Amino acid sequence: MTTNFATSPARVRALFERIQQNRYLGLIGLAVALLAPFVTATNYALSVMTSALLFVMLAVGLNIVVGYCGLLDLGYAAFFAIGAYVSGILATRYGWPLLATVPVVIVAAVVAGIVIGGPTLRLRSDYLAIVTLGFGEIIRITANNLTITGGPSGIYGIPGITLLSLDLSSPVGLYYTCVVVVALAVLGAARLGRSRLGRAWRFIREDEDAAEAMGINTYRVKLAAYIGGAIWGGLAGILFGAQLSAISPPSFTFLWSALILMAVVLGGMGSTPGVVLGAIVISVLPELLRQAADYRYFIFGILLIIVMIFRRQGLWPARAAERQSRRDMRKAKEHDLPKAKEVVP
Amino acid sequence: MTQLIWNGLFVGSFYALVALGYSMVYGIIRLLNFAHGDLYMLGAFTGFGVLSVAGGLVTGLGFVALLIVLVISMLVTGTAGLLLERIAYRPLRSAPRLSVLITAVGASFALEYGMRLVAGPNPEVYPVRLAGDSINLLGARITIQQASLILIAVLLMAGLQWLVMGTGTGRAMRAISQDPTAALYMGINVDAIIARTFFIGSALAGAAGVMAGGYYGKIDFLMGFIIGLKAFTAAVIGGIGNIKGAMLGGLALGLLESLGTAWIGGQWRDVFAFGFLIVFLTLRPTGILGERVTERV
Repeated sequence: MTTNFATSPARVRALFERIQQNRYLGLIGLAVALLAPFVTATNYALSVMTSALLFVMLAVGLNIVVGYCGLLDLGYAAFFAIGAYVSGILATRYGWPLLATVPVVIVAAVVAGIVIGGPTLRLRSDYLAIVTLGFGEIIRITANNLTITGGPSGIYGIPGITLLSLDLSSPVGLYYTCVVVVALAVLGAARLGRSRLGRAWRFIREDEDAAEAMGINTYRVKLAAYIGGAIWGGLAGILFGAQLSAISPPSFTFLWSALILMAVVLGGMGSTPGVVLGAIVISVLPELLRQAADYRYFIFGILLIIVMIFRRQGLWPARAAERQSRRDMRKAKEHDLPKAKEVVP
Repeated sequence: MTQLIWNGLFVGSFYALVALGYSMVYGIIRLLNFAHGDLYMLGAFTGFGVLSVAGGLVTGLGFVALLIVLVISMLVTGTAGLLLERIAYRPLRSAPRLSVLITAVGASFALEYGMRLVAGPNPEVYPVRLAGDSINLLGARITIQQASLILIAVLLMAGLQWLVMGTGTGRAMRAISQDPTAALYMGINVDAIIARTFFIGSALAGAAGVMAGGYYGKIDFLMGFIIGLKAFTAAVIGGIGNIKGAMLGGLALGLLESLGTAWIGGQWRDVFAFGFLIVFLTLRPTGILGERVTERV
């Protein structure tokens, strides 16, 4: 195709929109992820790609809270830490296989979500931001001070993942495990966003009072979003422990929470492809720009401000309207009606 | 015991100074300025910079030098707060709350890592160290410097109280915090007053930064993060948006921390303070002096 990019911004936009509408986008992404190790499979490349996948999972989880529901969570790394520590402690001190820790991690994440979200979600939504910030610090300092979490040196010797008798602890095995888990996580979050609950989340994001007037129990729906984000973060924590085999408190600072938020905001709050892309950019870019490491976070900060002022919807905005189902489109064709126009924000 | 109370009040007066700016900005435009703690950091570094440049000239003067540095740093951080409001917050004044909060996080990040670029990642040691004679008061050891720092803090707070309650600017601030639109109709220059609020709040944070630098002796680019959180806690305890509340909350938090730390151990200090924030938000979200804030639709 020979589109003249320089002279036809409208056509570029149309092309971009067509890509955005593509139903097979997710499958293409999955194929790229599955085939990537055939291009380069050094241990370094695999570790970068695995980290990128984990980051995607975290960003998609945070997207449930920030993107769908419009609640600012600044302590997201805390759930990540809870997942990593709970599974790490059970695996190293009690000899559980990592897979068996999954239910416990989910329960721990849900409990933590209720403990923090329960009291604060009744208040003004901006209080949540700062309470989660404090919560992130509480978890990190607690991990640093307790003996069961190994104090400042953390937990080491976390075993890899084994499924039945299949050992998935090699870099390639871990990478493919992550591809599968993260693909399911992305799919799950996207489906959740389109569900009845997801519509309620977006309604609350747009206008909480109106949502309440329409009979949505805003408190419970917000709590559901917060708990959903917590579960995603906790599960990512298990994979993180399996990847590094050692975890320690400095891995879970505010910096992490801020970077995940950055990925969500940059990609486009509430937009699954945008958030996935944002997460990949944020996690891979530093590897490519090693020499600019000092400027990195400074630029991230400036970028957050610029994105908020000039392009609030992010690089890959979410659609305001829901995608028509195939059945609806067929029906529309049968009745020879013009296709319903989608509202572009 | 008296020592614990004294230490608590001392640390609490720092918290109160930072909490005041937090609370003022929140009271007037309902914005949680995450970058506020970093203005405190900026104040400490400005003081450090001035002291390093002026070097041998002032070290002999000790306390008086610190006072001059204090004023310079207050001007610098005040201006920084002004710029921050103009560049980052004003364009977003009518934007959804989430966008403004994210902008504030970005501003905080930019200030922290911008300072890291300028001053390097390692902690700096303050050239003037305030350690001196101590006097005994009711069984507590109090150094003269501690007492004078508290005095400065009290003077600053008294000045602020006068400014808000006794001047035209203060009346305009209170009017805007009640209803910005009505204030605009009454002929108040809302933008200018908000800018002034940012200047004053940031200058107070900067003053606290210099005082903390002079007292603790060590500063680093992330020092504002924890104090920002603590200041918010203090502001919530006192009732956010309320000036007397912020002072009270700062002192209360300082006391609680001091007593709590003695009880459960120093490494748990921050956990204790933030845990207290969560408990307080659950039980009395409006704070000690705050009134119920009704959400406007």
